[in-house]
Amino acid sequence: MSNGFDLIIEPGKSTKQYWRDLWKYRELFLFLSWRDILVRYKQTAIGIAWSVLRPFLTMIVFTIIFGKLAQFPSEGVPYPILVYAAMLPWQFFANSLAESSNSLITNANMLSKIYFPRLIVPASSILVSLVDFLISFVILAVIMLWYSFSPDWRILMLPLFLILAFFTSFGFGLWFAALNVRYRDFRYIVPFVVQFGLYISPVGFSSSVVPEKWRLLYSLNPMVGVIDGFRWSILGGDTPLYWPGLLLSTTLTMIIFILGLRYFRNTERTFADII
Amino acid sequence: MSDTVIKVENLGKKYILTHQRNEPYTVLRDVITEKVKSFGRGVLRTFITDHSPSADSSQEEFWALKDISFEINQGDSVGIIGRNGAGKSTLLKVISRITEPTSGRVSINGRVASLLEVGTGFHPELTGRENIFLNGAILGMTRAEIMKKFDEIVAFSEVEKFLDTPVKRYSSGMYVRLAFAVAAHLEPEILIIDEVLAVGDAVFQKKCLGKMGDVAKEGRTVLFVSHNMVAVQGLCKNVIWMDQGQIKEIGPTSTVIGEYLGKNIKATLKRQWDNPKTAPGCDEVRIHHILAHSPSSEPGMALSVNQDIEIEVEFWSLKSKQDLAITLLIRTVEGIVAFTTSTIHNPLLRGRHLDKGLYRSHCRIPANLLNNNIYNISILVVKNQAKVLFMIEEALAFEVLDSLEQRGAYFGKRPGTVAPLLIWEMQHINDNIT
Repeated sequence: MSNGFDLIIEPGKSTKQYWRDLWKYRELFLFLSWRDILVRYKQTAIGIAWSVLRPFLTMIVFTIIFGKLAQFPSEGVPYPILVYAAMLPWQFFANSLAESSNSLITNANMLSKIYFPRLIVPASSILVSLVDFLISFVILAVIMLWYSFSPDWRILMLPLFLILAFFTSFGFGLWFAALNVRYRDFRYIVPFVVQFGLYISPVGFSSSVVPEKWRLLYSLNPMVGVIDGFRWSILGGDTPLYWPGLLLSTTLTMIIFILGLRYFRNTERTFADII
Repeated sequence: MSDTVIKVENLGKKYILTHQRNEPYTVLRDVITEKVKSFGRGVLRTFITDHSPSADSSQEEFWALKDISFEINQGDSVGIIGRNGAGKSTLLKVISRITEPTSGRVSINGRVASLLEVGTGFHPELTGRENIFLNGAILGMTRAEIMKKFDEIVAFSEVEKFLDTPVKRYSSGMYVRLAFAVAAHLEPEILIIDEVLAVGDAVFQKKCLGKMGDVAKEGRTVLFVSHNMVAVQGLCKNVIWMDQGQIKEIGPTSTVIGEYLGKNIKATLKRQWDNPKTAPGCDEVRIHHILAHSPSSEPGMALSVNQDIEIEVEFWSLKSKQDLAITLLIRTVEGIVAFTTSTIHNPLLRGRHLDKGLYRSHCRIPANLLNNNIYNISILVVKNQAKVLFMIEEALAFEVLDSLEQRGAYFGKRPGTVAPLLIWEMQHINDNIT
């Protein structure tokens, strides 16, 4: 570096050091997630059961409403599995969004007293949601055993879609976290987004019920790609993957993520001043 | 220069102050209504050419730091002093990268750890053990480092027995001890500390100061903000004095602190309030005046070590039949309590009931008691020997000057708060030296 100094602090200059710092503080990232998980399970009486109960109950309600009452097609698989396969990524997305959008505010004290790459805070809250996801996944395995349903080779592709789900959640999470610092009423918007999103995403039904000509437009919702991908790899069978939709969802996700990252990085410097 | 570790050049930090707002943050609702309003005004303006001053003049620029430049060398311990709001904490925040400067540049060489608060990131639900790890990670230690130091941290904090208790059950003293213990075992090349010693009991404060002194002795660079002049004097070789966001003076500790104290404490030998309705006090008692003078010299003259000092307090008793006591708290300028004294020390005054009217009470500090220093007096008025009616902090400040004749050949200042002249004797016992 210039003049033999390790670090130069100047206004408006995003240091290259940032990414190196991010690596240096990787343990803090794990510690923060560890803290959040620990605290959650210490404070709530039913602890782990909580992350299991919510998607499970929602699954039952959706199965009754969409599968039994509305008689939506089930793609030749038990309806509970159809719903639960979508419930997994959706819960992950919803939890991540709720947690990460509030993460900076709840850690306000740390932000104003200690330096570390701020990106760690929303990222670690997504890691917490990932733990919930893994627990819920075990339930899926149980349900599949119950129905004697075995997935095929396509289950191996699931990690790819999990990565897609991660980027979708993180992209939106970054936006909301940063906006929440600046405009404090964003926290009221997030639950609304989550609730609204549940209805416009194919959680309770298969996206094949959407008429063909609207399919591409429907994929403008990035979660459509994620959920379809999860269903495709978990349910197997002959549900084909709708490639144009997946591509569109993926592209949108990446755009949202990159812009979110940029917005976050730009506003991050002022967090300590306005939080 | 190779051994400069912190170089600050023309550093500035600007804040935008927004007035008439309850919350420090923006609410989107306000932004939208503001946009709509200004749009409305814009539309109106095209019809009515009205050039009245803009309504959104609620914003004001404020430079918390302005044109700060200095260099700190490897191994220096530097104190930063100044009044509240002088920009000390903002400076530390910029150097520790918590907030970004508006202008200028800071160059740093070495690993920085900043301690702007004790126990940042402590979670009340977690146990002491868990918090040590968490706090260590927040301060930038790796897990391996924390493991290595774990026993030392626990020993230093003196909370071994409660390691597996959630810290929400800790007393505030235990909490602070644990938090400082973690911070004290950081091993950065540059340590930035803000006022952390303002917490904890005296014994622990001493321990902390000792630990910080060790850090400085190990050749690490320490930047230390404090209002405690004794601590600064004990720890720092050089001092930066800040005032209104600018550097007022940089130099050796004793020189700068001396000037800082001289500028800030104007030795007022008398303070008087003439209106019994607005003078400081309460509905029962108000203070008329307080003054310090030497009976053996003219009023208003400087006080010296070898003269008696008389302190006089006049007050109005505004109700009848009151049992009042005037207590004086005399502190050195560094904040050390020299002594307290009270009218109740005179058995004749203790329990005496006062009627309405103006009273004068006075006491005499004997010559050769207070050392050469600046002292301030706080007044406490106590009712019924139990209830503190009010306290006037630093009601008066006076300087006691050294008298030349007692120094003899020794030209330095006698250390200590008091400088009594004690009776010394010496006898020749015998000639035997074996």
